Amino acid sequence: MLRRRLGVAAIGAVLALAVAACGGGSGSSSPSSSGDAAGGGAAATGEFNAALTGVVNPSDKKGGILKFANGGDWDSLDPGDTYYGYSWNFIRLYGRSLLMFKSAVGKEGNQLTPDLAEDLGTPSDDAKTWTYKLKKGIKFEDGTPVTSKDVKYAVERSFDKEVFPDGYTYFNDFLDWPKGYKGAYKSKDVNTDSAIETPDDSTIVFHLKQPLSNFDYFAQLPATIPVPKDKDTGAKYKEHVIATGPYKFEKNEIGKGFTLVRNEQWDPATDPNRKALPDGYEVSTNVNADDIDNRILAGDLDIDVAGIGIQSAALGRVLPDPALKANSDNPTSTRLWYTSINGNVPPLDNIDCRKAVQYATDKVSLQTAWGGEFSGGQIATSLLPPAIPGHEDFNLYPPGADNKGDLTKAKEALTACGQPNGFETNISYRAERPKEKAAAEALQQSLGRVGIKLTLKPFPQADYFALYAGKPGYAKDYKIGLAMNGWQSDWPDGFGFLQQIVDSRVIRDTGGSSNISVRDPEVDKLIDQAMKETDTNARNAIWTQIDKKVMEDSFILPNVWTKTLLVRSKNATNIFVNDAYGMYDYLGMGVK
Amino acid sequence: MSFLELKDLRIHFPTDDGLVKSVDGLSFTLERGKTLGIVGESGSGKSVTSLGILGLHKGGRARISGEIWLDGEELVGAGQEHVRALRGKKMAMIFQDPLSAMHPFYTVGDQIIEAYRIHNDVSKKVARKHAIDMLGRVGIPQPERRVDSYPHEFSGGMRQRAMIAMALSCDPELLIADEPTTALDVTVQAQILDLMRDLQRDFNAALIIITHDLGVVAELSDDILVMYGGKCVEYGTSDDIFERPEHPYTWGLLGSMPRLDREPTERLMPIKGSPPSLINVPSGCAFHPRCVFEERTGGRAKTEVPELLETEGGHLVRCHLPRERRRAIWENEIKPNLEAS
Amino acid sequence: MVTYIIRRLIWAVVMLTIVSIITFAIFFLVPRLAGATSESLAARYVGRTASAEQVKIAADKLGFNDPLIVQYGRFAKGIVAGADYDYGPGVERCPAPCFGYSFLTRLPVWPDLLDRLPVTLSLAIGAAVIWVLAGVATGVLSALRRGSLFDRAAMGVALAGVSLPIFFTGIVSLVIFSYGHPFRITAPGGSFTPFDENPAMWAYNLILPWITLAFLYAAGYARLTRAGMLETMSEDYIRTARAKGLNERRVVVKHGLRGALTPILTIFGLDLGLLLGGAVLTESTYSLPGMGKYAIDAITNQDLPKVMGVTLVAAFFVVFANLIVDLLYAVVDPRVRLG
Repeated sequence: MLRRRLGVAAIGAVLALAVAACGGGSGSSSPSSSGDAAGGGAAATGEFNAALTGVVNPSDKKGGILKFANGGDWDSLDPGDTYYGYSWNFIRLYGRSLLMFKSAVGKEGNQLTPDLAEDLGTPSDDAKTWTYKLKKGIKFEDGTPVTSKDVKYAVERSFDKEVFPDGYTYFNDFLDWPKGYKGAYKSKDVNTDSAIETPDDSTIVFHLKQPLSNFDYFAQLPATIPVPKDKDTGAKYKEHVIATGPYKFEKNEIGKGFTLVRNEQWDPATDPNRKALPDGYEVSTNVNADDIDNRILAGDLDIDVAGIGIQSAALGRVLPDPALKANSDNPTSTRLWYTSINGNVPPLDNIDCRKAVQYATDKVSLQTAWGGEFSGGQIATSLLPPAIPGHEDFNLYPPGADNKGDLTKAKEALTACGQPNGFETNISYRAERPKEKAAAEALQQSLGRVGIKLTLKPFPQADYFALYAGKPGYAKDYKIGLAMNGWQSDWPDGFGFLQQIVDSRVIRDTGGSSNISVRDPEVDKLIDQAMKETDTNARNAIWTQIDKKVMEDSFILPNVWTKTLLVRSKNATNIFVNDAYGMYDYLGMGVK
Repeated sequence: MSFLELKDLRIHFPTDDGLVKSVDGLSFTLERGKTLGIVGESGSGKSVTSLGILGLHKGGRARISGEIWLDGEELVGAGQEHVRALRGKKMAMIFQDPLSAMHPFYTVGDQIIEAYRIHNDVSKKVARKHAIDMLGRVGIPQPERRVDSYPHEFSGGMRQRAMIAMALSCDPELLIADEPTTALDVTVQAQILDLMRDLQRDFNAALIIITHDLGVVAELSDDILVMYGGKCVEYGTSDDIFERPEHPYTWGLLGSMPRLDREPTERLMPIKGSPPSLINVPSGCAFHPRCVFEERTGGRAKTEVPELLETEGGHLVRCHLPRERRRAIWENEIKPNLEAS
Repeated sequence: MVTYIIRRLIWAVVMLTIVSIITFAIFFLVPRLAGATSESLAARYVGRTASAEQVKIAADKLGFNDPLIVQYGRFAKGIVAGADYDYGPGVERCPAPCFGYSFLTRLPVWPDLLDRLPVTLSLAIGAAVIWVLAGVATGVLSALRRGSLFDRAAMGVALAGVSLPIFFTGIVSLVIFSYGHPFRITAPGGSFTPFDENPAMWAYNLILPWITLAFLYAAGYARLTRAGMLETMSEDYIRTARAKGLNERRVVVKHGLRGALTPILTIFGLDLGLLLGGAVLTESTYSLPGMGKYAIDAITNQDLPKVMGVTLVAAFFVVFANLIVDLLYAVVDPRVRLG
């Protein structure tokens, strides 16, 4: 699960939600056109949400410096050790991976496009082997040509999670590594051709343990950004990453900030994806979050790089002010807040009792609990967020005209379940998260209307999955019938979003899995099918099918798809939201 | 004209509770080389008078009227700066408790040097030499060493000697000593009084000694002024006051005077009651509530303020009792009692 | 005097050791008492994707399975003798004083602290100069004109200064003087320019934080000075000074203020010592990369080695400031004997 810094934004006022808005979320609007890489959308004017569907302030003007700030610290600038969405968005400025997401408006940004590679991957052997050819003429910032061996080395070094604890384990888990392999540092002379082969300097071949139809998404991961072995300093490499993109590090003070300047060795001829308009970037880290908002509103700063939206203080300023609001965007991210309905806890083992929960839920009060329409989220009726291919608008449990629940249907379901007067169960949430608590309380209220009595059970966040809600034995013994939960995919793809939360095989008796409730062999079978399906459209259709199946089973009660309020820079050009990141695209921007 | 002359000096302090008449119509004169003792209980206005002469009430809340003539110059109406320039030079003061009256953070030498250099444009070195000289003159052993000591490093007597050295450093013509020996033990008191007498002779200064203890001024003073409730109640030569006192208050003071020739266990004859309020001054004679002989005035003391009248050769008394009656009481009732005890 | 200093220095080392033990206990012992295991402690250093086995390895590597006393000993040894750490391709020596290294940023803590120190020093000392001058001057004037309009206005402002938190005055100052103004006072992002690089920029970037921080303290100092002055100005030695014929300015400054200075000096030493450990709110509000910001970031991220390091350095400054104050006492007040 891609990490996303949790904002503390919350609006106090409840903003009434029009029922119609439910179907027409911003993310479901279609891309307007397909043009060049840096922003395919039509030129947009300064209206609220204009950057969701078009490019605001389009321009090809070069020069200037863009100023970014980060409320916290980067997890790491090292391509092998970074696991934040904003960092993956930003890393494209200095690093080139095999593939990348297009720098384009909305859904078009979800498309993979070759970067180091000449083309998307070529699968063979039932999608267990993937081959990429590298473009010629790509160099590191010191002028050394990039070869496939540098990519291979980069993936090998990222294997070592003791040195790079922040990263993901996709390559560790899926590639066919030799037994006992411990990564580039600890297993120096081990032959790793079983996992990655480099038959020549411009070819790289990945061998997987199992079929994986969407391996191209792996190939866009920052871990495939080449690292020159002789310049690798392990945990200290992040202090000076050797650039392949249009910018390189000039100065880097970990914990304070860094500056990027043009990388003269970057050849635009090899790179149709990047315009590289500004002359450089100034990034400050660990800046006071409210200070960032104020500086952006004042035009002293361009981007809050974390991309999680403004703080509650600024929210209260922007929303009521038409001029400020017109200069902001409210994208829906690929995060779903939901409630797991545990079929192991009677009477929720009965599907009708689970359905009663769906019908009785007041979605408006849930949305309010998560922070309201603008900084909380869009009411969710299924699992896949609108920005992820395979999303389809459907609602199996219509919550009534006012979106506050259909109590008649809920009572019918309870009767069918044999509990006409309701039942009692517990709902767990992470004690450190006030919004989860608020959502649990909202559910307690709304389910109470049909006699379903919930008792709140807070647990510490660190052990939530390992010891409590996520541990099947505990959840069953202590009757954790409902559990607050959340998920965001690492990339806009059904696999990344669904596999970890609906595949029953990831549930372990020892606990620790994010999937707490979904146990359906049909779903598991569909996942296997999708992982072998190399045709994108056919594969996306399967994800839709899985989404519907899980909703039919009623193992998950979707709450909201997170929304954030972003404020546009006063000085920047080419401002647009890229659905792949759910925030402004940092690659296309220039300076006025 | 005398060297120092006070004419109807009034020093009043407005407060939230009313007007405090600390000094209320005080007049006296003093010549160079002479010593005046001002005696009274605390609150009688004697310290306020001395500060008033130095002009230290100027710029404050005090309302001052009357005249103070010093060597032909009137000070009440003079400018603050002008009086400041006289302070320390022409007139100097010795305070009661030298430990609190000297700045604890500066050496004794520094404080004398400072006093000297305000009025004398000399180098630090010269001033230091002068300070050492002065310390030597007031009888401090090894003055060149003690000049760098801090006040807390001195004994009480030494500190008062240093204080005197500081006051005398600019060769003042008028020296006011406010309870100079109160904080000292008896043997040291005598030494300090001797020292002051010697120095006064050497410097030919006019000296005012302010005290609540008649014993202190007994040998030192030429004239004595007894104050009560901001007013002079009796004024005369030392002989007048000790041999022929006429005011009941003076009698009380004499009765409560500790004497070296008396056993410490012997009971004194204290004055009953407490000093009068300076805001609500008792009607008539301010002393009447405490006066043993009040009835013998036939009620006048309660209603009528007595005048300060001359009884004989410059001896002034403020009392309603007829002169003969006063003398008779002194001779028959007070004097034998004092001698008997 | 020398033996006194030596004794105090030994005492300072003892104090710091006690502080380090307490800090260590808070961050390592208390979680265990609350039920944390070696694995749950290690979990935060290995990212979300780590398997149970990886967490176990990390716990072993971080030494969480050793008895606490051994863990503390290792920490203390690092400070005295240095330590080694594995950065992947090799092992790096972290020379003494090694306060450990952050498992989150993978950097040793001590160089970080050294890097942050100039920011905090600049902030604290600059602000201190302003608040001492402004606070003491206001306090003296207020005391001399007790009850006047100036006195009442100054004490009103001082009360506001003492009561208003930095995160309020700081933001107000930013809104008024910085955000979006053509002649904005601080550079965007609250940047810091080292003094030796460009003194003018250094002062320019710090002027708002200085004034905001100084306002808070100046208020207190004004009140303290006023009270002290009212007391000393009624002392006998002030009367003596006037009787000597000193002019009023000299009486006030040389005699009055000098007498009122001791408590101010004490508070000043302690305040400055505390601030040198990091002006947390000011640095956060203005995003100044000083010790305070470092501490708050470390606590937010639960980066224990950083927290330990910054706590110890802060404690050092407090203990050190105490020592200096006690020594200065003897200089300021000759009645004080050290021994």
